[in-house]
Amino acid sequence: MIVVKNLHKYFDKLEVLRGIDCHVSEQEVVVVIGPSGSGKSTFLRCLNLLEEPTSGEIFIEGTSITAKETNINILRQEMGMVFQRFNLFPHKTALENITLAPVQVKRLSRSEANEIGHSLLAKVGLRDKADVYPDQLSGGQLQRVAIARALAMKPKVMLFDEPTSALDPEMVGEVLAVMKNLAREGMTMVVVTHEMGFAREVGDRVLFMDEGKIVEEGTPEQIFGNPRNERTRSFLSKIL
Amino acid sequence: MELPLELIWNSLPIILEGALRTLEITLIAISLGFILGLFAGLARLSKKRVVRLLATCYIDFLRGTPLLVQIFMVYFGLPQLLGSFQTFMMDTFHIAQIWESTHINPFVAAIISTSLNSGAYIAEIFRAGVQSIERGQMEAARSLGMTHVQAMRFVILPQAFKRIIPPLGNEFIAMLKDTSLLSVIGFEEMARKGQLIIAQTYKPFHIWLTVAFIYLIMTFAISRLVDYMERRLKAGDDRR
Repeated sequence: MIVVKNLHKYFDKLEVLRGIDCHVSEQEVVVVIGPSGSGKSTFLRCLNLLEEPTSGEIFIEGTSITAKETNINILRQEMGMVFQRFNLFPHKTALENITLAPVQVKRLSRSEANEIGHSLLAKVGLRDKADVYPDQLSGGQLQRVAIARALAMKPKVMLFDEPTSALDPEMVGEVLAVMKNLAREGMTMVVVTHEMGFAREVGDRVLFMDEGKIVEEGTPEQIFGNPRNERTRSFLSKIL
Repeated sequence: MELPLELIWNSLPIILEGALRTLEITLIAISLGFILGLFAGLARLSKKRVVRLLATCYIDFLRGTPLLVQIFMVYFGLPQLLGSFQTFMMDTFHIAQIWESTHINPFVAAIISTSLNSGAYIAEIFRAGVQSIERGQMEAARSLGMTHVQAMRFVILPQAFKRIIPPLGNEFIAMLKDTSLLSVIGFEEMARKGQLIIAQTYKPFHIWLTVAFIYLIMTFAISRLVDYMERRLKAGDDRR
């Protein structure tokens, strides 16, 4: 479903991604781990072109996203993204946050969009928060609305950029629970996270990144139980 | 010195008539300036260099030169330019006269000069307002498949509008005072009315004092109004 070939990314002269090759299959949950500054987030943000790759190719269902003739706005509708800092629209209610893109981009009627919005809010356990503004929600609730907002476009892939890193510890669980549900329903997911428990339990495959490269990849059992690479070992020994 | 209350009282209708014109031209200048400023401000943030350069030239020229000179350029300069253009067209293409007269009436000159001027200041206000919105807002909107224009319209600008109300209020007050410069081209706003009364009564101190006092009332009222709007929008922000 996603194929990445020799992806490089420079920020000015700094090479952040040094040749990434990987693929993500349909319904697969790929978890990306690694020390900060390893390029995990940049890699994820390249997948929906929030960062423009310096070189290399990315294919989503066979379509090259960096090709000039590709309409990135249409492609992004297929790829939901959840951010570390939630990025909810503060001037819109929870429901309006969810329905804005379906109404403006997909041209759904207000009532269709509201129906989808309410059902998604129910799905993330926030049925009664439809008319509430973001500043009245807790971090965990904000992130769940953000997930619902991304799901409203009916994406084929969900990208998570450290979705629990900005949360108070007691709120991490509620967000991870929503993500686990999604995975169970068969959503294709790429998750950048420091939640090793989540990686182990939900991940089909784990990528370990360091210094702009995928150093090691494998099943969670293999990566956590028997890491082959020295850098993977030292990283895991520090955080586990 | 005794205040000639009767003189002031008798001049008041004329001065207030001028005050209305002052208010009128200020409202026109700020309204047109708002539209100009919105486009020039967004142009300043454009990815295209030519667009950015044009906007920068406009903004720098109008902010870097005195309004008085701009008024002269429009009122005296523009007719000369139009005249030369007409002569050129008639000589080169042997066409009939284009304009009966190239004279611009003071009201039109007032609208052109003050709108162009406030447009440049408001452009900078807009630019700052848009830039003050967290980057994640644009990213979240784009990640949902919105175009840049949709993201600006539904996500960035509504938030920016709220933040620019105080500086817009300041610009309104500054422009209200600066319209007194229009007296030099005979536009009968309040300062010009004052001059005319003084020419008949020879009581400059009393008339200027009265005029000053009415300016003060107007600017004070506007600043209260802006404060009120700011408070209401704030209250809207942390409604609970």
